Amino acid sequence: MNDLRRKLLGAAAILLLKPFAALAAAWNKDAFGAKTPQDALTGIGVGSPAPSKDLVIEAPQIAENGAVVPIEISSAIAGTTAIAVIIEKNPFPLAARFDFQNGALPYVKLNVKMNETCDVRAVAIAGARHYTATKEIKVTIGGCGG
Amino acid sequence: MPGPMKMRATLGSGHTDVRVLMTHPMETGQRKDAEGKAVPMHFIQNLTVKVNGRTVVEAQISQAVSRNPVFSFRVRGGAKGDKVEVSWLDNHGESNKTETAVA
Repeated sequence: MNDLRRKLLGAAAILLLKPFAALAAAWNKDAFGAKTPQDALTGIGVGSPAPSKDLVIEAPQIAENGAVVPIEISSAIAGTTAIAVIIEKNPFPLAARFDFQNGALPYVKLNVKMNETCDVRAVAIAGARHYTATKEIKVTIGGCGG
Repeated sequence: MPGPMKMRATLGSGHTDVRVLMTHPMETGQRKDAEGKAVPMHFIQNLTVKVNGRTVVEAQISQAVSRNPVFSFRVRGGAKGDKVEVSWLDNHGESNKTETAVA
C-alpha cells in the first residue's frame, strides 16, 4: 500500500516538474556564463576535442568591424549532430550551439561579435566523439563595448 | 515588441538553403548609453527551425551573436512547397516566428 502511494507521489512529482525541466534545459546557462574557453567546453560536455581537418571554418582573416564578423562552419565528419562556436577572447567565449536532426546538414552561417583579435574555435559533436578546428580572425575595432 | 523577421528558403543541389533574418538589439550588457549607464542584456537565447512541422535545427545562442541576427542553415533534400518555420525566444521571454514555403 505504502509502496503504491510512493509510486503515485513520484509520478505526480515528475508530471509537475517536467515542464520546468524542459524550460531549464533549453538554454545552457553554465556553459554560456563560462568566462574561459575551457570552462565553456566543459559546460557543453566536451573534454578534450581532437583537431580535425573535416571541420571547416570560413571567415575573413581581418574583420574591420568586430560587431559583425561573418563565420561559416561546416562539418564533413560523419554523424555530426551538433556544432558549437567559441570565441576565445570574448568576455563570455561560448557564442552559440546548434543541434542538427531530421536531415539538417551540419552547416551554419552566422554573424558574431568579437571583442579583439583571437582564435575562433568550432567544436563538432559526433556521438561520443568531439572534434575541433580554429581560425584566427584579426579585429580592427572591437564589437562588445562602445 | 519583437521586430519583423525575414526568411527565404530555396532549393540547392541536394539540399534546401534556409536564410533567416531577425530584428533584435542583441544587447550584451557591456554597452553604455549616453549617460554612462550600462544597457541591460537583451538577447535571443533559443532558435528553432522546423521543416513540415519536424524540428531540424535547435540552437542556443548568446549575446555574442550580432545585432539583427542572420543565420543560414541547410537541410538535406526538400521539395518546392515544403513549409519552413523559424521561431526564437529571448531572455525577456519575448518571442517571434515566421513561416515560408520552399521556392
